[in-house]
Amino acid sequence: MKFWLGALGIALVAAGVAMSGINEYFFFAAFVVLTFVVLATAWNILGGYAGYVNFGTSAFFGAGAYAAVVLFQWLGAPLPAQIAAGAAMGALLGFGVGVMTLRLRGIFFAIATVAVVFIMETLMINWRYVGGATGLQLQRPEVMAPFATYARMLFFFLTLMAIGAVAIARYIQTSWIGRGLRAIRDSEEAAEANGVPTLRLKLVACVVSGALMGAAGAPMPMYLSFIEPASTFSLNWAIGALAAPMIGGTIHWLGPVLGAIVLASLQQIVTVTISGEINVLVVGVLLVLFVVLAPDGILGLFKRWLKRSSR
Amino acid sequence: MTILGLPSELWFEAVLFGVLLGCFYAAVSIGLSVSFGLLDVPNVAHPAVMIVGSYFTYVLWNRGVDPILAGVMLMPAFFVAGVLLYRFYYESFEKRGSEAGVRGLAFFFGVAFIIEIGLTLGFGVDQISVQAAYIGSSWEIGDLRIPYRMLVAFGVALVLTFSLSLYLSKTFTGRAIKAVAQDEPALRLMGANPVRIKQWAFGIATAVSALAGAMLIIVGPVDPSLDRVFIGRTFCVVVLAGLGSMTGTLAAGLILGIAESIVLMNPELGASWAPAVAFGLLLLVLGLRPQGLFGR
Repeated sequence: MKFWLGALGIALVAAGVAMSGINEYFFFAAFVVLTFVVLATAWNILGGYAGYVNFGTSAFFGAGAYAAVVLFQWLGAPLPAQIAAGAAMGALLGFGVGVMTLRLRGIFFAIATVAVVFIMETLMINWRYVGGATGLQLQRPEVMAPFATYARMLFFFLTLMAIGAVAIARYIQTSWIGRGLRAIRDSEEAAEANGVPTLRLKLVACVVSGALMGAAGAPMPMYLSFIEPASTFSLNWAIGALAAPMIGGTIHWLGPVLGAIVLASLQQIVTVTISGEINVLVVGVLLVLFVVLAPDGILGLFKRWLKRSSR
Repeated sequence: MTILGLPSELWFEAVLFGVLLGCFYAAVSIGLSVSFGLLDVPNVAHPAVMIVGSYFTYVLWNRGVDPILAGVMLMPAFFVAGVLLYRFYYESFEKRGSEAGVRGLAFFFGVAFIIEIGLTLGFGVDQISVQAAYIGSSWEIGDLRIPYRMLVAFGVALVLTFSLSLYLSKTFTGRAIKAVAQDEPALRLMGANPVRIKQWAFGIATAVSALAGAMLIIVGPVDPSLDRVFIGRTFCVVVLAGLGSMTGTLAAGLILGIAESIVLMNPELGASWAPAVAFGLLLLVLGLRPQGLFGR
């Protein structure tokens, strides 16, 4: 109940902010931060709860983006329909990848997901309809009624999407699915022996995670008014989606949200004040630091601090 | 007549070039074959370390050193760096046990990115290349033109593969490295220290990457983000070979090289499809035969 009230509050605040007179740049930056919130939350469903490291977030993200572009080019579909198409495409890819690779463990699964990124990128480079390697300019449609600009509308939709993603992750974490996934992470053999349907649960996690990543990718072409394969399938999305939960903490749904907000905001600040290259360096350095020094992320640090101060 | 979309008169050339390319792929993968194949370290940063080798080769070449010699000169420094990197990995992850898997992977992924951006900041995003007498000229036999740079890579690859497999099967330390891969607790019972053997082996793997990096820049221009494609190629070769098999690495490299060269020469596919070959083959192997062709 408290969660849903909070979610409603955030949605209302976002709507209010989108209608207000705040500087347009805020919406451009917040869009990227929110995209990372969705990606990190999605990554954590498979990576954090089940312990399957996905290096291929960009494949799902890109699949969603290209699904949106195809639907837009073909029917001129509005944004919510594009997002739905992106989610469907992501889920489909998640199912395919899951069936093919979820019998693999650890690094083998991780490397297989990298392979999916490059295969998707090559397919899109060679597909003329969506512009091939040079990409495609997109003419944004008219903005919908209550919003003054397209960036504001995107911001509002992304806030709703982030709330939805977190709600799904929270449901999975607290339900029997989450218990099963945690059992898989601790010991797959023991889980299997105790009657946990391991492959089916991993598939569910992979499909849900893929669908959310696809949905996160769908608004990106409209945001940029442009799409091309190299940046859409860039591994920068993958490392961001992986680093945020590692930095925030992987056991609780709040971890990836916290990590993504901290990391992506920092990146936005660094991009503006220093340079675009340093912002990827920030992700790498923070990731390595947290993985080595604070294995349970910000949430773990916070918990340890609580324990110490209560003593 | 065409076979698999490739005119038959081009087949000989495609296979020949594929063999040369394949040996080159074996040479760039052999370090990973030791660090990942034998030691089970999820070294996703291997291609990035190799690219560092390419850049240092470039720096030395600018001072007038021959690229191959530069690669050899870099090996001791890379050996030390490898020992330190393994030591750090061991202390931070392997020693802590259970949950090291996810974090160890994330660690190497992060290291690869740091290296890539570090190179971008230091040298810029542009491609760099080196010059030497054997780069740019070709050996002409009738209609065939074989670039000398591919022959150099071919030779170095053969030397590397055979000396490493001899080292692993004939010397005491080499056998200890293989033993650590087979049964670590047993080695401990024999009174040997597995961590020291592993850090020695990881050092060798990294030293070999320096030479592989020199080969990389001899064969073609290099830029900081090249490691992303080579994640696919090197892991494809190592997994296809079956973990830790040196001669298997050579065979797997040849398979990948020939497959890629056939796609490259195909008039309807060409260069834009070539990067997908390694990744497609990798997925296929992982799906059908994860233990590889010559698996242990």
